[in-house]
Amino acid sequence: MKRLVALILVGLAVVAAPVLADSGMPAAPYADVQLPDPKQEAKAQALMETLRCLVCQGQAISDSNAELAGDMRSLVRERIAAGEDPEAVRAWLVKRYGSWVTYDPPFDRSTWLLWLAPIIFVVIGAFVARGSLKRRRK
Amino acid sequence: MKRAVLLWAPLALFILLATFMVLKLRNPGDQTIPSKMVNTPVPEFALPAAADGLPGVSSAALAGKGPHLVNIFASWCVPCAAEAPQLKAIAEAGVPIVGIAIRDRRPDLAEFLGRYGNPFRAIGADDQSKVQLALGSSGVPESFVIDGKGVIRLQKIGPINPDDVASIIAAVQAAQ
Repeated sequence: MKRLVALILVGLAVVAAPVLADSGMPAAPYADVQLPDPKQEAKAQALMETLRCLVCQGQAISDSNAELAGDMRSLVRERIAAGEDPEAVRAWLVKRYGSWVTYDPPFDRSTWLLWLAPIIFVVIGAFVARGSLKRRRK
Repeated sequence: MKRAVLLWAPLALFILLATFMVLKLRNPGDQTIPSKMVNTPVPEFALPAAADGLPGVSSAALAGKGPHLVNIFASWCVPCAAEAPQLKAIAEAGVPIVGIAIRDRRPDLAEFLGRYGNPFRAIGADDQSKVQLALGSSGVPESFVIDGKGVIRLQKIGPINPDDVASIIAAVQAAQ
């Protein structure tokens, strides 16, 4: 019975796949092609690892197979090849999608706790340590 | 007494945090990513024509010619077919609709227009999603209301449902 259900599910998945199909158009020129200049490619790669895919939320665009992620990779590589600074490319995307799109969120009203939490915890830890050390001395 | 509180506080904190996380995992809330380009001018672009007999789309053609509805769609996108009757109704109400076809093949697009009708005055071919990214759009279908000065006034994420038709027409009419 279980095997039958599994078979049906596999069958459905095969039948259903074309419905979710992507466009079938060729990938953008630099979606999966490295830049000829290794220095530029390294810059682009570092940036792509910290940009979040819009479709497969939670993946970096460097990791994603989604077509939009491929188009974003091509956009990043083309702009870096044109001499643009990686942070300018990031800013261009943040202007459109908000800090949502970057894995390196800026320090602002909604992220201050995130950035300051480690310091706050170290301070709390220092107080706790001081308290227990004092007790031990007595 | 004080010691007991201190002893149990970490566990209580942990349970509180775990409850919060489980609740958020089960109900992650709104996953759409609204464009930050709303209320800013349309970025400059020019797209070639995607279909025979219809012109392409450019930002220059959108500014200064009254309000428009820009529909981001694709023939391979199932919800786009579902919103076709609504687009037809909006076009029949006199709203100029221009389409941006994302990664679409010419024959596929022609077939799509033949099957579901053509509400568009112009369709631009965005083969590498460049204009989609420039507009801050993250999927298909999406629609933008552009006012007479070329400023983006509204973004509708997802298909236009029958319930949305009246409010979209009103938004375009309000965006002189």
